[in-house]
Amino acid sequence: MNHHEMIRLTALQMAEELRKKTFSSVELTRAHFERIYEIDGTAEAGIHAYLHLNEDEAYAVAAEVDAIRAAGGAEAEQLHPYAGVPIAIKDNIVTIGQPTTAASKMLEGWMSPYDATVIRTIRAAKLPILGKNNMDEFAMGSTTEYSAFGVTRNPWDLNRAPGGSGGGSAAAVAAFMAPWALGSDTGGSIREPAAFTGTVGTKPTYGSVSRYGLIAMASSFDQIGPHARTTADAAALHQLIAGHDPKDATSLRTSWDGLLDAAQNQDLRGMRIGVLDELQGPGFTDEIDRQFETVLDMLRDAGAIVSIVECPNIKYALPAYYLVVPSEASSNLARFDGLRYGNRVVPHEGATAAEVMAASREAGFGDEVKRRIILGTYALSAGYVDAYYSSAQRVRTLVQQDLNKAFEKVDVMIGPTTPTVAVPMGEQVSDPVSMYLDDVVTTPANLAGIPAISIPGGTADHGMPVGMHIQGPAKADEVVYRVAAGLERLIEEATGVPFYDRAPELTAAVTMEGERL
Amino acid sequence: MTTHSPALPSFEETVAQYDPVLGFEVHVELNTASKIFSSAPNAFGDEPNTNLTEVDLGMPGALPTMNYGAIEAAIKLGLALNCSIAETCRFARKHYFYPDVPKNFQISQYDEPIAFDGWVDVELDDGELFRVEIERAHLEEDAGKLTHVGTSGRIHAASYALVDYNRAGVPLIEIVSKPIEGAGDRAPELARAYVRTIRDIVRALDISDAHMERGNLRCDANVSLQPKGATEFGTRTETKNVNSMRTVAQAVEYEMRRQAAVLTAGDQVNQETRHWQEDTRTTSPGRSKSDADDYRYFREPDLVPIEVDQAWLDRLRAELPELPDQRRRRLKAEWGTSDATFRDLVHAGALDVIEATVDAGATPEAARKWWMGELARLAHARGTSLEGLGVTPEDVVEVESLVAEDLINDKIARQLLGYVADGEGAPREIVAARALAVVSDDEVLGQAVDAAIAEHPDAVDKITNGKLQAIGALIGPVMRATGGQADTGRVRELIMHKLGVAE
Repeated sequence: MNHHEMIRLTALQMAEELRKKTFSSVELTRAHFERIYEIDGTAEAGIHAYLHLNEDEAYAVAAEVDAIRAAGGAEAEQLHPYAGVPIAIKDNIVTIGQPTTAASKMLEGWMSPYDATVIRTIRAAKLPILGKNNMDEFAMGSTTEYSAFGVTRNPWDLNRAPGGSGGGSAAAVAAFMAPWALGSDTGGSIREPAAFTGTVGTKPTYGSVSRYGLIAMASSFDQIGPHARTTADAAALHQLIAGHDPKDATSLRTSWDGLLDAAQNQDLRGMRIGVLDELQGPGFTDEIDRQFETVLDMLRDAGAIVSIVECPNIKYALPAYYLVVPSEASSNLARFDGLRYGNRVVPHEGATAAEVMAASREAGFGDEVKRRIILGTYALSAGYVDAYYSSAQRVRTLVQQDLNKAFEKVDVMIGPTTPTVAVPMGEQVSDPVSMYLDDVVTTPANLAGIPAISIPGGTADHGMPVGMHIQGPAKADEVVYRVAAGLERLIEEATGVPFYDRAPELTAAVTMEGERL
Repeated sequence: MTTHSPALPSFEETVAQYDPVLGFEVHVELNTASKIFSSAPNAFGDEPNTNLTEVDLGMPGALPTMNYGAIEAAIKLGLALNCSIAETCRFARKHYFYPDVPKNFQISQYDEPIAFDGWVDVELDDGELFRVEIERAHLEEDAGKLTHVGTSGRIHAASYALVDYNRAGVPLIEIVSKPIEGAGDRAPELARAYVRTIRDIVRALDISDAHMERGNLRCDANVSLQPKGATEFGTRTETKNVNSMRTVAQAVEYEMRRQAAVLTAGDQVNQETRHWQEDTRTTSPGRSKSDADDYRYFREPDLVPIEVDQAWLDRLRAELPELPDQRRRRLKAEWGTSDATFRDLVHAGALDVIEATVDAGATPEAARKWWMGELARLAHARGTSLEGLGVTPEDVVEVESLVAEDLINDKIARQLLGYVADGEGAPREIVAARALAVVSDDEVLGQAVDAAIAEHPDAVDKITNGKLQAIGALIGPVMRATGGQADTGRVRELIMHKLGVAE
């Protein structure tokens, strides 16, 4: 199998071929680095999905896996089934031995002295880590244009944004520069870029995956989850990293062992699927609405029962989200003050600690981060906390109650992940409020802590991918995967190829000029 | 702003005109093995910045987890302070930017303290009980320690500061009293006694080492004055981090006199924090409360609520040790001690050693006699405490039994305790090594008596002629010959027997 064929396999297929020794992990790892060198390019010209490559360590892990497999015996049998399959990591998940910057100047060059729990799991399973993916600074943004180290571009159209904040991870997976990646989702940062890049992204039930070592944006919303090209790959990676972690007090003790099985059960007969009344109509482009109708027909034809459900308070979810998230973010980001680690700016001789903190934060944080810190500080300040933060928290409870009620009637809810397909670069940077509106579908799941997934649901305007968003009740991640896998199969049957294979065939010759329709 | 005036009214003048209202915030550092939100060791005095994990440093991505030992300590203290215990409670973040706070917020309890609405009876010097109402006792994390390096060691003149984060994350319980009225001229005494009462309770519970000099127990004292008969509280000041019971009393007394001077001059007391100056025994103004920080409290999202169910509460209640006031009542009754005598014992800090000595087998009278007598004198002479003397309760029991066995007399016993304190060994060993035992061996004594009779024929004549008082002239040489250790009664009997006279 040549390198080109190798990288287009799913992660689960790669794992199987590695076990069968069709190729080695070193070979597979090399194939990915070659692809990265070939097409990733720079922020000025290219996709720019990676901020940092981890070649030496990745090859060392791959070689170790190969050696264990070659030697056979007990150690080989104890290898994790996915051992040797490479992975990419969003740059807000701390890793020993590689920089972790959260795409901020504040942490430029910072090396974490400890590994996130998910990284420990990845290392224990011996998955070679290819490198760290670009993102919006501190995960704040919906386009990956707020990275302090330059934008990431959408592999489907380099003039368009890949979504955010996990645009780097989604673009790497979409363009076959990694079979899967770990991301984080606070209000859609895994699902929105998945929708924009024609990939699969899951926001697990809050507490399913340990947050330990995830640089926090908003603690009660953040959740680590998988980016992948198929639902089964996403479920497999989710299952690998899920589980109770004593280092994360909000970590659940639920068992997640059935996720991959659920993603392989694609039977939709009798499945009750809800469509949110409040999220229909205005805001979504006509083509996205049409594609959604096509999807609903497919689901009905496959035996699912589609009905309209109401969540009257969901229209308040987005404003509530944009009050509580900046509040928590303003608190979580307080630690970046230039005193103990990261960027330090000393404004003049004999500066006080407060002056050093202020100068470091002024120089280290980008515009969007500053905007949210100021919003959050205001929302929490004495005299305003009741009007803003506390009432937003009450709305959060109402949205949770609405969703709980809706899930008494349906097993899952479905809708388009985003109101539009991937937006042209630069369009939203000048209009942050329009960027915030992109998150109207994805934020309720984070408010309520419930699982949600975005899978490719065909193409719409300009031939760009459109994401379908499926969410279920808390801890019902299995049901979400089951419906997602069923829909994925229906879409593949309709076109005859897996969706990810419809991504543009990028080569070194592809530049920003290549218009894609 | 008021400055220190040399012409402060006397304390007597102050309390004649004004009534004080007090309030105390006592911080207790818990002696848990690890910190409140991390697995780092909770230890005092180690190399700076060694007892740390990424959690204590507020590293990106690090999350706090709850040390349930700290919660149990807080519940026990709450029960000991007669508080209600919250069925469920949470932590909050308190934000302020300061280099000793690694996350730039402190995780504390804000509107949901684990213990609230309690009281404690404080025993004043004359035995009178003064009830102090407790508003709340809540858990929080300590900050790191800043050392300002410069000429004066104070923050304003410092050229740089060193930060030691070993203390960051050490569990603290903050006990907040309700406003205390009616202490009058006993306010300084009450302040001292209150802090002592808290210290004794946390020691009895074994939840803190409670060394004030190490900062294990720190007190902020709130003081306000109101003209006698007034019903509205005056403006208060908060004197921070007073670190001994003596200085708590001094700070309260000073602050009362200072405020009296301000009020009597017709000025307003500034609501502010003040700092105790040990060198001048005065307080100096700190931050004004009018520019108080906005702490932007909100519930700590990284921790889950603490649920205290009845079974847990019942178990902790059952595990409570005897508390200091219960113990004092019991011991006073068991030992049959008068109030005054018992108070002397307590003030001398002799309660523990005397109880241990009784437990080791001495009678309460004997234990009290030795510790309050010779040992107290020795400790005073050597500038140490009773515990610091190096004499154990077992040593005292041994000395007492040597006396009871007539092996030594009281005079030798007192010498013997000195030798024990010098570290010469156990009492019986010292008696043997130094041959201190009373000599009552007839053979040894008989030889000495024979020698005395031979050497003092005049005295022998007088005795045989009925002048029995001359017997002393023979006993003296016998005592000298035996190094003072002869049993004088036996010597007398032997002399009379040998000379054939009767009483």
